[in-house]
This record gives sequence, C-alpha cells and structure tokens, in this order.
Amino acid sequence: MSGNMNLTLKIWRQKNANAVGGFETFNVKNISLDSSFLEMLDILNEELELKGVEPVAFEHDCREGICGACSLVINGRPHGPLDKITTCQLHMRHFKDGDIIWIEPWRAKAFPVIKDLIVDRTSFDKIIQAGGFVSVDTGGVPDANAILISKESIETATDAAACIGCGACVAACKNASAMLFVSAKVSQFAVLPQGQPERYLRVEAMVKRMDELGFGSCTNTYACEAECPKGISIRNIARMNRDYFMSKIKSENVEM
Amino acid sequence: MGWFFRALNSSIGKKFVMAITGVCLLLFLIIHLVNNLTLFGGPELFNNVVKNLETIKPLVRVIEVILALIFVFHITNAIRLWIENKKARPVNYKINGSSKNSDIFSRTMFVSGSIIFIFLVIHLRTLWVAFNFGHPKAVTHEYFDILVEAFSSPIYTGLYLVALILLGYHLYHGFQSAFQTFGWNNKKFFPLIKKLGLIYTVIMIIGFASIPIYFFFFYGGNV
Ligand code: HEM
Ligand code: SF4
Ligand code: FES
Repeated sequence: MSGNMNLTLKIWRQKNANAVGGFETFNVKNISLDSSFLEMLDILNEELELKGVEPVAFEHDCREGICGACSLVINGRPHGPLDKITTCQLHMRHFKDGDIIWIEPWRAKAFPVIKDLIVDRTSFDKIIQAGGFVSVDTGGVPDANAILISKESIETATDAAACIGCGACVAACKNASAMLFVSAKVSQFAVLPQGQPERYLRVEAMVKRMDELGFGSCTNTYACEAECPKGISIRNIARMNRDYFMSKIKSENVEM
Repeated sequence: MGWFFRALNSSIGKKFVMAITGVCLLLFLIIHLVNNLTLFGGPELFNNVVKNLETIKPLVRVIEVILALIFVFHITNAIRLWIENKKARPVNYKINGSSKNSDIFSRTMFVSGSIIFIFLVIHLRTLWVAFNFGHPKAVTHEYFDILVEAFSSPIYTGLYLVALILLGYHLYHGFQSAFQTFGWNNKKFFPLIKKLGLIYTVIMIIGFASIPIYFFFFYGGNV
C-alpha cells in the first residue's frame, strides 16, 4: 500500500508579528503514505535548510495528541479533514498524490501570528489565570472517600477536562469565539464538589477576561464542537451560560 | 445597577438579549399566523376580525409598541454582535471550511435576518399602513380586498415567498439556538427541541406561504 506521493503545499509565511504575510508554494516529493502530517513538514524543512531557505515555523510538542501545541488549519479545517484528532495525529494516507494542500495559522484577533504558522495563545492562559482553578489551602491529606461524587459527575468533569487548550474551537468559529474552551474549563470544576465554593465567581471572572481579550461572541453554529479534537460538547457552553445567569442573579458580587 | 448593564453587555448577556427577544418574536409569529388564517374563512369573517380589533385599538397600539421595541432590541443587538464578531477575526482564511463543520442556517443568521428586516419594512408599508391609515377600502372595512389587491402582483407575491424561505432558515436555527443560549441543553431533551424547532418552522412557513399562494391563484387579477 505504500506508494509515495508528490504534493503541492501553499503555506502561510510571515516573518514576525508585524510583518505582512502571504502564501508561498512548495513542492514536496516522494512522501510516504505512512508519514504523519508534521513529519511531511519536517521533510520539507530539512530540504529548505539544505537549500539555505528559512524553514517553515510551526508548533508541536508531544506529537501524540495530548499537549495541544500543534495547530494548523489544513484546507480550511483546524487540525485537518478528520474528526477528533489533532494535526500531529493526521497521516498522509488521507491525502492523494498530486493534492494541493493549503496550510494556514489559527486566525483570531486574540491569537496574533508570531511567525509563519505559529500564533500566540497566551490569551488562553490569561483566561485560566482569571479563575480556571480551585484555590485549596494546604493541610493534611484528606480521606480518599471523604467526599462522595457520582459516576455521572466524574464523567462529565473528566470529559470537560479532556480539553487540551489547542484553540481549534476558536480557529473554527466564524466569530473566533472561545466559548467551548472556556466552558470546558468552567465545567470541569462546576460539576464537582471541590469546585462549588468558587463556582459563580469563577464563571464571571473567566467570561469577563474572555470578553476583554477580543474573542467574539457565540452564535451557536457548533463548528467548535465539530472541530474539537477531544470532542468537547457544546453542553458545556449551555452549562456555562446557565452558571453565568445564576451568578448574576444569586451572587452579591457587584464588581463584575 | 452597573453590574446589570455590564452583564447585558457581556458576550453571554448580548446573546441572552438575542434569545429572549427572539423567543418573543417566535411567539408573536404564532399569534400572527392564527390571526391570518382567518382569511380562509372568507371576506366576511376576516373583515369582522379586523373590525373587532379596531374596537380595542388602544390595547393593540400598546402591543404594537412593545413588539416594535422587541424588534429594535433584537436588531440593534444583532448588528452589534455582527460587527464585533467580524472584528474578532480580522484576517479571514483563504480556504473556508465552514460548510464541513456547521450548517448553512446557523451561518446565515445575519443575512436571513437582514432579508426579514427588508421584508418587514415592505410588509408594514403595504399592509399595516393601508389597514391603519385611511386606505379607502379600510375605511369601508373591506380589509380582505386590500390583500386581494396586494397579492395580485406576481412580483410582490414572489418576493413574499422568497422572504418566507429565509425566515424559515432563521426560525429553524433560532429555535434551538435560543434554548442553547438559555443553557437548556441536555442529552435527553435537546434532540427533541431540535425536532420541535423543525416542526414549528415547517408549520410557520407553510401557514404563512399558503396565504399569498391562495390569493394569487384564486383571486389574482379579480380586483
Ligand atoms: C419575526 C422575526 C424574527 C424572529 C422570530 C427571530 C428569531 C430569532 C431567534 C429565536 C434567534 C436565536 C437567538 C439565539 O441564538 O439565542 C435569533 C437570532 C438572530 N437574529 Fe433574529 N428573529 C427575527 C428577526 C430578525 C431580524 C429582523 C434580524 C435583523 C438583522 C435578525 C437577526 C438575528 C441575528 C443576527 C441572530 C443571531 C444572533 C446570535 O446568534 O448571536 N433577526 N433570531
Ligand atoms: S475545547 Fe477542544 S478545540 Fe477548544 S481548546 Fe479545548 S480541546 Fe482544543
Ligand atoms: S503536538 Fe501535542 S497535541 Fe499535537
């Protein structure tokens, strides 16, 4: 099955955050069907380096779908044409000999391009800093079963916690909205007893920060859920909306 | 009250305003359709219904103002959200993959809404103004004939039907979208809500479309 293929790549190149970018065309030859998409880019970069051309900058780390570093919008789809995988898990067998592949960075005001295909995703960290945590005081180790949690709650929480913070939801959304990410980070605590003391303050603080950072508003197109490599559900967004309204009604916090 | 206005101006707050005004409009359409279907009862019934409404004119006026305000909130928020959302993605993708991850109804809410708005202006100009401000046939309570006249034009009838299709797009997405915005999405009920939205949309569109079609084919040119 391992016939090799030749491809034409149209890659977004941009020197730095302030430079004007544009697409450049590259040809890669003899790519194995078994190589991954990022390996294909590694091969391209090796060739470019031998030619003395600046390699294409792209982000990656674990290369096994768990860190969220890899990005890339491939032919208009964040993380490429397949569902529920990251770019690093995409293999070349899903492309055909002679294909033209367009590779673009995440596009959002809150994710400015730093170089080529790399964007600055610090705004996600800033949202987490605003409230995406549980403040615990240190002390003795609590008894394992001191707090009972239903299987359903645990599953909902861990499903939400599967979010790797890649930003594909923002990249996919026509409004560059971060609702899926933020709702996953809100929900992973909101359904657990440990998350209750800060439940309402957390959602208000994180939503406020999200708005300040220039992400768009959700219009329920559900493109985020379709493109999320971890299958984070839009039910988390519903939960976040619910908590946000409840917080506005119930909390005595007039600051936010 | 600062917190209240800040809440309404947050991304979720603006969505909430869209959803609550949207739901009011969904309910209004039901009332409007029921009222319009009396047209099928013939000129006498319809003229009487409108005449009866004349007797409670002050109440009708109050409801009209409320309805107008709901539209104003819905539309101004829609424009604000649309502008802000465009700004959130200053550079567009070269290749647009949105057809692979979302349906056309959700992506065209602003377009369908804008067409509905244009339709609304024409609709009010031809019918509401005629009914309320001294059209000779309104003075003699022959409201039915005003409609016969309006729908005798193939262009007007055609535009009416095109606008209705786009209204269908808007309603189909809007119905379930409002539930999601309010946070009423769970595994058990959301599939049902989506189905209800489809049923609502089909009833509304067939119901509203039946009127111009009926008038065009059965009364066309008989003015
Ligand atoms: C009878 C007329 C109308 C009805 C029944 C209606 C209903 C709705 C509903 C139920 C929603 C969903 C709210 C949500 O997503 O939570 C919505 C959204 C929307 N409507 Fe309307 N609408 C009407 C007229 C209009 C008009 C005239 C405009 C003019 C621009 C408009 C623009 C929009 C937009 C842009 C959205 C999407 C906003 C968002 O999702 O953030 N609509 N509408
Ligand atoms: S919700 Fe999904 S798409 Fe968004 S950051 Fe988390 S893992 Fe990535
Ligand atoms: S490189 Fe870690 S998820 Fe792709």
